[in-house]
Amino acid sequence: MAEVTAKKVLFEPIFNNNPIALQILGICSALAVTSSLSVTMVMCISVIAVTAFSNLFVSVVRSQIPNSIRIIVQMTIIASLVIVVDQILRAYAYEISKQLSVFVGLIITNCIVMGRAEGFAMQNGPWLSFLDGIGNGLGYSVMLIVLAFVRELLGSGSLFGVTILPVVNDGGWYVPNGLLLLPPSAFFIIGLSIWGLRSWKSDQVEEPDYRLSRQTTKEAF
Amino acid sequence: MEHYISLILKAVFVENMALAFFLGMCTFLAISKKIEAAIGLGIAVVAVLTLTVPVNNLIYNDVLREGALAWAGLPDVDLSFLGLLTYIGVIAAIVQIMEMILDKYIPALYAALGVFLPLITVNCAIMGASLFMVERDYTFGESVVYGFGAGLGWALAIVALAGIREKLKYSDVPEGLRGLGITFITVGLMSLGFMSFSGISL
Repeated sequence: MAEVTAKKVLFEPIFNNNPIALQILGICSALAVTSSLSVTMVMCISVIAVTAFSNLFVSVVRSQIPNSIRIIVQMTIIASLVIVVDQILRAYAYEISKQLSVFVGLIITNCIVMGRAEGFAMQNGPWLSFLDGIGNGLGYSVMLIVLAFVRELLGSGSLFGVTILPVVNDGGWYVPNGLLLLPPSAFFIIGLSIWGLRSWKSDQVEEPDYRLSRQTTKEAF
Repeated sequence: MEHYISLILKAVFVENMALAFFLGMCTFLAISKKIEAAIGLGIAVVAVLTLTVPVNNLIYNDVLREGALAWAGLPDVDLSFLGLLTYIGVIAAIVQIMEMILDKYIPALYAALGVFLPLITVNCAIMGASLFMVERDYTFGESVVYGFGAGLGWALAIVALAGIREKLKYSDVPEGLRGLGITFITVGLMSLGFMSFSGISL
């Protein structure tokens, strides 16, 4: 295995090993929150915090956890952290926490958190695990912020609720694309950004299950 | 009765767990390559949801909710902040118990479900349904119906996607879009199709 350095652990997940685009982790809970940027930012910060601290705590107690019940221990640590985040949001950002509705609670079952705790924090020291948590949280956030940026800008002509493109209904010139506010658009944008990322980093391209064989007969006519 | 029928239709089509709320996406994308596997997982999800949502509903209404502990002489206690921890614990426990019961009494079904049962604990659709149940304040009867409907909707979506992907593997997809990319686009199109149900008023 290559040398594990702090810098690598922190930046690797952002493009080279993006949790969403490559590892298919954590798409679960968060797509529904990307229709406006401010909500997305809150979600991203919550996920980064939970991933980083759950990695830290799991790593601290990793040699004390009996192997057979490790999943339950990890679950408990993660769930407690999410409860803290949820209560903080309710206390200081009630409006946004209403909009996030069940999705804060769903950070618990977000595969990134669980996956990193199991895959990285169980084998590495607290400091590296903490950085790994932040790195993966950032990789996830980059994808979500790109999504939210496109969706909010083209869907309602604003960023962070501030009008950028004046829409037709308010006397401007921009006709908002309503599709981008609906769930399907998130899938399209992720699909297209994976295409973009893989054309740039071509080693991430998946092998096809079946190749087209060469034509053996003459062209049909 | 009519109320329950409209609740179940709403849970299956209009508020489809996978295609309208993106819940259970990880498993949805990972296990949808083969149709048999998708069917097995779908059945397991229906079973687990139909059990966990009502159980969580009872726990929420009789223990955690503000004032719910009045029968124990503690009318001012509000334990609802413990909700998340409790639900995930209940889900993990029920999945474990179901695994043991199936193993003992219906080994054929246990073998068919195989690795999917433990996977379900971390499926966000299960947790999501419990959280929606709390948020929407369902009664016990409604929660049974909702759990079943939500599971059915999810199962329907994953089987449909697996069917599409089985055909799709023979097609010549542009390089960067192979595998995950084209799957996302497919799911997007399916989700667009399911949007048409949202016009139904129940």
